[in-house]
Amino acid sequence: MTIKVFVPQDSSAISVGADQVATKLQAVDEVELIRNGSRGLFWLEPMVEVQTAEGRVAYGPVSGADVDSLLASGLLEGAQTHPLSLGLTEEIPFLKKQQRLTFKRAGIIDPTNLDDYIEHGGYKGLRRAITMSTQECVDEVKASGLRGRGGAAFPTGIKWQTVHDTPGEKKYIVCNADEGDSGTYADRLQMEADPYGLIEGMTIAAITVGADKGYIYLREEYPHAHLRLNEAINKALDANLLGDNVLGSGQNFDLEVRLGAKSYICGEETALLESLEGKRGVVRAKPPLPAIEGLFGKPTVVNNVLSLSTISIIFEQGAEAYASFGMGRSRGTMPFQLAGNLKHCGLVELAFGVTLNGLLNDFGGGSASNKPLRAVQCGGPLGTYLPESQWDIEMDYEAMAGIGGVLGHGGVVAFDTSVNMSEQARFSMEFCAEESCGKCTPCRIGATRGFETIDKVRANIDREANIGLLKSLCNTMEGGSLCAMGGMTPYPVKSALEHFNEDFFLPAVGGPTTAEGVHANASSSGIIEISIDSIKKAGTSS
Amino acid sequence: MIANIKQQVVLHAIDESKHLEGALLPILHQIQHTLGHIPSEHVSDIAEALNLSRAEVHGVITFYHSFKSKPQGKHIIEVCRAESCQAKGGRAIEAAVKAKLGVDFEETTDDGEITLEPVYCLGNCGCSPAIKIDSQVYGRVTKEGVADLIDSLKAEQH
Repeated sequence: MTIKVFVPQDSSAISVGADQVATKLQAVDEVELIRNGSRGLFWLEPMVEVQTAEGRVAYGPVSGADVDSLLASGLLEGAQTHPLSLGLTEEIPFLKKQQRLTFKRAGIIDPTNLDDYIEHGGYKGLRRAITMSTQECVDEVKASGLRGRGGAAFPTGIKWQTVHDTPGEKKYIVCNADEGDSGTYADRLQMEADPYGLIEGMTIAAITVGADKGYIYLREEYPHAHLRLNEAINKALDANLLGDNVLGSGQNFDLEVRLGAKSYICGEETALLESLEGKRGVVRAKPPLPAIEGLFGKPTVVNNVLSLSTISIIFEQGAEAYASFGMGRSRGTMPFQLAGNLKHCGLVELAFGVTLNGLLNDFGGGSASNKPLRAVQCGGPLGTYLPESQWDIEMDYEAMAGIGGVLGHGGVVAFDTSVNMSEQARFSMEFCAEESCGKCTPCRIGATRGFETIDKVRANIDREANIGLLKSLCNTMEGGSLCAMGGMTPYPVKSALEHFNEDFFLPAVGGPTTAEGVHANASSSGIIEISIDSIKKAGTSS
Repeated sequence: MIANIKQQVVLHAIDESKHLEGALLPILHQIQHTLGHIPSEHVSDIAEALNLSRAEVHGVITFYHSFKSKPQGKHIIEVCRAESCQAKGGRAIEAAVKAKLGVDFEETTDDGEITLEPVYCLGNCGCSPAIKIDSQVYGRVTKEGVADLIDSLKAEQH
C-alpha cells in the first residue's frame, strides 16, 4: 500500500529546497509523491504533507537533510513527534482562521490533474453558465459585487456588460498576469496551484461576452506558472473544455499564454494590450476604453488573474453566497499577501474588513527581526507607507482610500525600525524612472527630478526649498500623469515625508543611515545636536 | 560560421511564430532565449518578415528589459531590489554580490562568465530576500549563502 505524500511544486517552495525534499521522498518505496501547489504558508515551506485517516498532517520547513530523521520518526504514519511536526494542516491557526474561496483548492489538489479539479467543484461554474443567458451571466457577476482584484477595483460586472453590449465579430478575453507589484504573489500562487480555476473563469467570460480568443499575459519571471498553465490548457483542450464548441455551448474559445518581457508598466491594462500586439508597452490614452476598443481595436475584457479565478467560484457557489462576505461596497474576500519583515509571511484570504493590525500580528506574527515594526506599505510599490497610528484601518477599498492608502492587489510589506524612509521614498522615484513608459512628461521627467531632489534634501542642500519643490513635483505627477504609474508614485513619497519626516534629516552618504543610528551618534559624539523636537519643528515648517 | 548559426536561429524563430497575432514578442523571446541576445545585424530580417520598420523593431527591443542587444555572460545573476526584499536586508545582499563579482548592475565580469542584473520582484516575497541564478530562484538568502552560490558557479567553470 502506498501513502500519499505532498511536496509543493510552487516556485517559492522550490526556491527554498522543495525539489531536494521531493527527490529524497520519491526514492522511498511506500511513497506516492504528489507535487501539489503551495497552501501559501511560506515561512513553513517546504511544507510536506502526509495523508492520514484523520486528514492531512504537515511538517515544515523541511530541508532535504531532514527527510531521513522524519522518516525514522514515523512520517509515513503521520506521527507527530518530530520537531518539524505541525499537526493537521487544516488546524494550523494561520490557515484555519482564513476564509478561502478563490484559493480554496490551493495546495490541496494536484494542480494540473483535471479529475482532481473537478472533484473539488471545478467546472460546475462553467456548466451552470452555459445554461444561463449571456445577460444572466453578466447580472450574476454584478450581483456578486466583484471588483477588479488587480488593484483598480473597477466593478467587473460593468466591464463585462460593456463588452457584452458592444457589437463585434471578434472579441477578446485578456488575463492580466503581469503581477509586477513587489510584495504580491497571489497570482503566481493561484496559477501554479490551481491553473484550471483561471482557465474556467476566462471561459465563462468568453461565453458571456461572445469572445472566441483569450490571452494570458504572463510575466516572464514566472516560468513555473507558464509550464503549469500550458499543461492545463492542453488537457482542457483534450476534454473539450476549451477549443471548438466548448461543452456543446456553441461557443469556441482558444486560449494562449503570452510572455511579458520584464516591464512593470505592462501591468497597466492599455500598455499590456500594446505589448500583446507586439509593440512597446506604452500606455494608451482613455477613452476609448479597452472594453470598446481593446486588443487589436476589438472589444476586450481585461481582468486580473484573481478576478477571473474568482469568477469560477462565483458561478459555482452563486453570486449571493460570494457577496455575503465583505463590508460596504467591498464584497467577497480579498487575498492579502504578507511580505517583508514578518515572522509568518504568506497568503491570507479573508473577507474585506480585517484590520491591518490583525494581518500584521494575528497572522504575520509581528516582525521577523524582533525589532518593532515601523512602516507598512500596502498595495505594491505605488502604495502609501502607513505608520503605526494607521494600522487599525479596516482593509476595504473605501476605508483605505479614506486615509489616502491603497489596497491595490493586496500586498502588505512590513518594515522594522532599521528602515530609512527617505531611502524608500528615493527608491519609489528611482523605480518610476526605471519603469516609466515615457509617454507623459510628469512621469518620464518627474521621476528623475524626484530622486535628484530627494538626494539634495538628504544632502542638506537648501533643504526647505527642496522639500517644497518635491511636494510640488508630487502634485504635478499625481494630477498630470496619464496612468497610475506617474500618478501614484507620489503616494509612497508623500507618506514618507508626512509620517517619517525625521528620516529625511539622516545623512545621505556615510555615517549612520537609520534614525536609531543618528540618535546613537548624537549621544556618543556630541557633534550632532539633534533632537526629535527640532526634527519635528523643521519638518512642519517646510 | 557563427554568423550563419545566428541567422538560422533568427529565421527559425520567425518561421515558428510569424503567423501569430502580435508575433514580435514571441519571436524576440525565442531568439533571446537561444542566443542570449538579439543580434543587431538581424533586426532587419525580423522587420522585413513582419512588415515593420527596423526602427520599430529596435524600439521594441530597447523598451523591454528582457531583450539584450549585446551578448551577456554565460550565467545571469539577478538580485531582487524590490520592497519586500529590502525589508529583509536585500540592500546588503545587493552590495555583497556586487563586491564579490566586482561589477555593478548591467555589467559582466571580466572573464565574460557572469552578468549581474537587477530585478524588481520575483514573486518570492514570502521567502525574501531572493536572487535568481540562471533559471533557478533562491529564497531566504544570506550574504554567506550568496557567496557560496557564486563560488560554486565559478567552480563549475574549471
